[in-house]
Amino acid sequence: MAIPQLLVHDKEDNVGVVVVEGLTAGTDMLCVVTADNTDFRLTANTDIPIGHKVALRALSEGDTVIKYGEDIGKMVAGAGVGDHVHTHNLKTKRW
Amino acid sequence: MALDYANQTVTAWRRENGRVGVRNHVLILPVDDISNAACEAVANNVKGTMAIPHAYGRLQFGQDLDLHFRTIIGTGANPNVAAVVVIGIEPEWTKVIVDGIAETGKPVTGFSIEQKGDFETIRQASWKAKEYVHWATELQKEECPIGDLWISTKCGESDTTTGLSSCPTVGNMYDKLIPEGIYGCFGETSEITGAEHICEKRAATPEAAAAFKEIWQSYQDDVIFAHQTDDLSDSQPTKGNILGGLTTIEEKALGNLEKIGRTSRYIDAMGPAVAPEKGPGLYFMDTSSAAAECVVLMAAAGYVIHTFPTGQGNVVGNPIVPVIKISGNPRTLRTMSEHIDVDVTGVLTRDKTIDQAGDALIEMIVRTANGRYTAAEALGHREFSMTKLYRSA
Repeated sequence: MAIPQLLVHDKEDNVGVVVVEGLTAGTDMLCVVTADNTDFRLTANTDIPIGHKVALRALSEGDTVIKYGEDIGKMVAGAGVGDHVHTHNLKTKRW
Repeated sequence: MALDYANQTVTAWRRENGRVGVRNHVLILPVDDISNAACEAVANNVKGTMAIPHAYGRLQFGQDLDLHFRTIIGTGANPNVAAVVVIGIEPEWTKVIVDGIAETGKPVTGFSIEQKGDFETIRQASWKAKEYVHWATELQKEECPIGDLWISTKCGESDTTTGLSSCPTVGNMYDKLIPEGIYGCFGETSEITGAEHICEKRAATPEAAAAFKEIWQSYQDDVIFAHQTDDLSDSQPTKGNILGGLTTIEEKALGNLEKIGRTSRYIDAMGPAVAPEKGPGLYFMDTSSAAAECVVLMAAAGYVIHTFPTGQGNVVGNPIVPVIKISGNPRTLRTMSEHIDVDVTGVLTRDKTIDQAGDALIEMIVRTANGRYTAAEALGHREFSMTKLYRSA
């Protein structure tokens, strides 16, 4: 298999993780779900650093972000498919 | 085909109490901060010894003093240590440490500085240290089942790659070696926050789950709520975690918990530096998530090898326990590979499965037990940071 640019833990997740360095806007990413080794393709909308998350679906303010099949927080700003998801638009629900 | 570890052995030192050690240190151990200089002088006089200077040991009281004694005694008692010279400012607390270490049956002698001064203490302690070095260097290693090892874990400078690669590698190792009889240990009370409900479900018994929940709740009440200024978001996730792509404490905790694998269940939750009491299996320990503090507490509980997944590149080591670093972040392998023992970048490129990465880690554990220096040992990382519960008197 070609080297994926994005890995997703579980099928229910709505974000994935960039696993290559120097990913640039417009890259047509090979994405693999590690739980079952299925793959799909997605275009990155911006340059995204290694380790950072990308929205797999359109996310609105207030939406729950799912990773590892679990709730990891809520969106505090919207993100389109292929957008960067990080501290600027995702926060814990705890505090 | 899955590898079978039932007949896997390591060559290591069987100590007086039956425990197996993978290093053969002669320690010069200070009871307190003001005995560091004498210990360092002895270690300089006698080659093959190691002083472990530290910052505390005076005017502590209550639970904080108990933890201090438990940490120092546990460090001397660890099976990676052959013999110990203890030096303290006065004889009574020195004797507490010596008596605690002596329960293992290993050679230990204490010296105190008052009424003698540093010169005379160093002279006497150097003679004893030299005697111990001659004795320890003639001890022979023997073949021991891999199940005799006590293997702890804690991750550091985590990022999203640790949850995808290096942490599940450690989890796979536990799933394979816990059935062979090892003792395992994970901790980091603050980093379980966000996944405490999942951690609770990974207990083997309702009693173990309750013990974990009590420790976790007491940490929330006594530490977080008692001292918080706004929330933990300035320190958990850390700035390094955030640079690595981790956004929330829940995301960090879920990645962290990948270290306990799929099938392993913890059989007890114990206090910091407390030796496990329920036989072979996985244990939770109440520890800080700061790397050096956590590894010191687990070493003091008797763990002889530490497995350390890192994403952004934590460089921590320990004076007596080899710390095996595992990373799957290709940037970290490119920029700081001198710190990494097991490269699992292949998990991210899909060249390697978690099962294969787990086997690679076990192979490195065997080689480390047999004598290979870890990156942290080769680079001289001997961080010994003691956990302090509150201010001294």
